[in-house]
Amino acid sequence: MNSGDTAWVLISAALVLLMTPGLAFFYGGMVRAKSVLNMLMMSLGSIAVVGVLWVLIGYSTVFGTDVGGGLLGKPFEFFGLEGLLGADSLFGTIPTTAFVAFQAMFAIITVALISGAIADRARFGPWLLFAAVWSIVVYFPVAHWVFDFDGKDAAGNVVDPGGWIANTLGALDFAGGTAVHVNAGAAALALALVLGKRKGWPKEPMKPHNLPLVVLGAGLLWFGWFGFNAGSAVAANGTAGVAFINTLVATAAATLGWLVVERIRDGHATTLGAASGIVAGLVAITPAANSVTPLGSIAVGFIAAVLCALAVPLKYKLGYDDSLDVVGVHLVGGLAGTLLIGLFASKSAPAGIDGLFYGGGFDQLGKQAIGAGAVLAYSFVLSLLIGLAIKYTVGFRVNAEAEVTGIDESEHAESAYELVSFGGRGSGRAASVTTKSSPALEESKP
Amino acid sequence: MKLVTAIVKPFTLDDVKNALEQLGVLGMTVSEVQGYGRQKGHTEVYRGAEYAVDFVPKVRVEVLVDDEVAGKVVDAVVEAARTGKIGDGKVWVTPVETLVRVRTGERGNDAL
Repeated sequence: MNSGDTAWVLISAALVLLMTPGLAFFYGGMVRAKSVLNMLMMSLGSIAVVGVLWVLIGYSTVFGTDVGGGLLGKPFEFFGLEGLLGADSLFGTIPTTAFVAFQAMFAIITVALISGAIADRARFGPWLLFAAVWSIVVYFPVAHWVFDFDGKDAAGNVVDPGGWIANTLGALDFAGGTAVHVNAGAAALALALVLGKRKGWPKEPMKPHNLPLVVLGAGLLWFGWFGFNAGSAVAANGTAGVAFINTLVATAAATLGWLVVERIRDGHATTLGAASGIVAGLVAITPAANSVTPLGSIAVGFIAAVLCALAVPLKYKLGYDDSLDVVGVHLVGGLAGTLLIGLFASKSAPAGIDGLFYGGGFDQLGKQAIGAGAVLAYSFVLSLLIGLAIKYTVGFRVNAEAEVTGIDESEHAESAYELVSFGGRGSGRAASVTTKSSPALEESKP
Repeated sequence: MKLVTAIVKPFTLDDVKNALEQLGVLGMTVSEVQGYGRQKGHTEVYRGAEYAVDFVPKVRVEVLVDDEVAGKVVDAVVEAARTGKIGDGKVWVTPVETLVRVRTGERGNDAL
């Protein structure tokens, strides 16, 4: 066991957890004031549901002994982390539990990412149900495909086969361009189709209600993303250093890229554009953080952000209400980053593979396309089926009146902001207090 | 008695208030409002989607004055609020039938 590696992975795990509340703010600022709490709650609900599931069967399904073909691990092999708690249980140079914790945060945020597509209209209970079923049926198997590398003995023989994309196919995905972003983006598209358009979309204005909150969220995402990418080295080493600097420079270039598109197309460089460029860049460099040079990162970030900025308005042409552009940013950005590895990968980066522009030919590009395509297709089809099953059994969407009044009130009985001093829910003056838990207060009422 | 109502640009409020105080106006009611006239609204862009924002923030100033000074009050407000650019607002005067000071029950000009 290496204590430096262990410390870095534990810290990275905490950084990645912080991304989910960060995402909640990023998304929350983009919706209208009447649905910001529900937006935050979908992310918090993802932490709650997936956090528990991960310890029960998630880790086992992703990193357990392969059941065959690299499709998934044995779900109950490490049920409740059974057998992983001893001092001799190691993953590489760190305690297995540290790796379990780090990977838990990836599962949590992947589910939370999807919620942006169904803002303002999804009932909270069915969302939690979706989060649970989608984790088990989609995320856990796909993460096994991408993140579970073959275990080999000293002679290089495979003794513990892993997932098919990482090993059999050999597509490069350092920190989850496919397993996290293409996966969540495809699911987001499916759910946007299942739930349908919001009332009034796209005719009614649905402006972001708090752009400073969006920027706060983007900042927290970026901060946490250093753990996401540099932590994926699973060691405090040179690969972590390269991933870290690539996560900085690709994201900076992406911010420029998005703003350039806006300045040319819309006339102004916007705050929302900068925040969106940051996230698009982070998404794109995620799979590529160890396979491209810093110069390659600049190209990957810039190109991906331009593609995302151009892809976002397509929803108006195609007519699906992906409310906060999970498809435009995460699916498009994830695909761009994954495929650009095939062009910009360089032997001088830690992964040690040359892409097309570095004389490596089309080989790696083909592998990248197959890996990304498989995740996209699997996630979209399964998400569609899960979404439809929920829609036609328990129902997925709030009723029309609740949607107009605001989902915060109908689903959570709260409102985010108390901006007037009289009247309205929760104000000191006009509302009267009743409580179920304190009979004394009831009795004291006149 | 007259009610002078002015819709002005928010940043001119201090000047309007000072001008009214110099005329001896003892009180006023101010509210934040939104609206448009010939100025119309403006356009905002979020991730490439254009939103026409029809209503522009304005301030409404309401003052109750004696009939004799109403004309001067109007002139003072117009002077203070004018920038010469589109969207400067409007001022109008309406007759007031009854006025009561709540604390004392005084009526008419005594309640001003």
